[in-house]
Amino acid sequence: MNKWLLYRDSLVQWLIYLAVLAVSTVFVWILIDLVRGGVSHLSWDFLTESPRDAGRSGGIGSILISTLWILMVALIAALPLAWTTAVLLAEFVPAASRFGIAIRFSLQVLAGVPSIVFGLFGNAFFSIYLGMGFSILSGGLTLACMLLPILVSTAEAGLRAVPQSYRLSTAALGMSQTAALVHLLLPAAAPALAAGLLLGIGRAIAETAALIFTSGYVDRTPGSLLDSGRSLALHIYDLSMNVPGGDQPAYASALVLVALLLCINILAMKLSYDLQRRRIIL
Amino acid sequence: MTSNPAQSTQINRCCDNAFTLGPLQTGPACCDPEPVIQVKNLSLQYGTKTALENVTLDIYRGCITALIGPSGCGKTSFLSALNRLIDLIPGCKVQGRILIDGNDIYDAACDVQALRRQIGMVFQKPVPFPLSIRRNIALPLHEHGIKQRAEVEAIIEQVLRDVGLWHEVCDRLDTAAHSLSGGQQQRLCIARALALSPQILLMDEPCSALDPIASGVVEDLISRLRGRYTIVIVTHNLAQARRIANYAAVFWVKERAGELVEFGQCQHIFETPAHELTASYINGIRG
Repeated sequence: MNKWLLYRDSLVQWLIYLAVLAVSTVFVWILIDLVRGGVSHLSWDFLTESPRDAGRSGGIGSILISTLWILMVALIAALPLAWTTAVLLAEFVPAASRFGIAIRFSLQVLAGVPSIVFGLFGNAFFSIYLGMGFSILSGGLTLACMLLPILVSTAEAGLRAVPQSYRLSTAALGMSQTAALVHLLLPAAAPALAAGLLLGIGRAIAETAALIFTSGYVDRTPGSLLDSGRSLALHIYDLSMNVPGGDQPAYASALVLVALLLCINILAMKLSYDLQRRRIIL
Repeated sequence: MTSNPAQSTQINRCCDNAFTLGPLQTGPACCDPEPVIQVKNLSLQYGTKTALENVTLDIYRGCITALIGPSGCGKTSFLSALNRLIDLIPGCKVQGRILIDGNDIYDAACDVQALRRQIGMVFQKPVPFPLSIRRNIALPLHEHGIKQRAEVEAIIEQVLRDVGLWHEVCDRLDTAAHSLSGGQQQRLCIARALALSPQILLMDEPCSALDPIASGVVEDLISRLRGRYTIVIVTHNLAQARRIANYAAVFWVKERAGELVEFGQCQHIFETPAHELTASYINGIRG
């Protein structure tokens, strides 16, 4: 047998391992760097206090609250829109129809738009045209626009993955399409919906550019949705770019952000795994 | 576990005989045929492709009618035309008329959901919903307005007994339907269809995805349903058609469109086929 053939498989295997190693090294490297730079600054007070002296001292309490509020606004605005669109695309419009293709295409374009463009649009439309100013509301709504494509596509894929036989069976039993959707199809697609939701949350809490011109960067605890509020990612950007001597708290904040993202991702994986293993959905 | 008296009686009841449905060999119904479904010049088209051309056929009350023929000759399409499940396929055109008890089901005034309630359907692969055994049957009942708990429970027990599943599952009605074996799943699906008390049952190769033993059990069950229900069954198993059917319809593909070649009493089709295609098909020469 040709010796080259024998070696070829193991060579390919080694190359694949090498690529995987390179990818995970980058992640681990970032993590180590963040922990080294930020862990000494991290404390309970850091998580609860408001920032002082432009963030050089104090903590990120108010920032976390603003981030949470922005996230809430974004999800409350985006989820109903996204999931109903997904139901329309997956259940009511034939996959190959022009209407479906047009919506899917526009969502793909939306997904590819850089976040700074969303920020400018949000500033022009929500902040100025609708008069919301620099506020958590306009920041959250801008984020909602950004989340739409990811939420729609994950939910649509989840619904499409539900076996067609359920649809035929429910129809053959004389059940309405709505009943099938509510009692069977949506619960069966729940793992995908949950995974999409968590992916969306991950995207949203890491967002910076879309929020600079919309939710602004006031670092006080917001009193209402119409107050400006600074998100965590924006805080990190500001500390590392504009505040001399802000490196330490920037590292610590980044560590908090990455830890949050890690938790969300682990939760997403666990949730979809658990839901898929469960054989009774209701 | 609490010693709930209701629960213990339930478990006691499990042990009595499984079948409430006797082997009804209703000769008269089939000897004196009364058409329930009248198919007149039915043609089906998927886009530009003709699936079925000009089928005229009567299906008799209380009898088992087997649809046989090679793959792709439109048997399943014919079956799904009978409960308008074919409406779900985009681009499908139906011509001709199907009368059930004299009413045209393709009439604009026809209530499709009521129609489908009247016509149960069982698919080739068992399709239990990812719910508990109990809820698999209760869900469609709820949808059709039967919500009284006692009534629903009674129907569940009745239909599970009818399909001989009650004594196998009565102590675990709240476990996942997917945990049942293939044959049990198929019987559950039949029970679910029976729960809506239909008068017609459509079966699309109900045994072909099952192992021989489970297939035998389901086949026996289908024979037991004769007389109570009008059954139309698609099967590739000629021996099975011969065993259980009163009437047989032979479909064939001619010029890329499915056609009805011969229809008649099962015995005649198998013993004295009138058409040479039928003869060569049942003798295994073609198809």
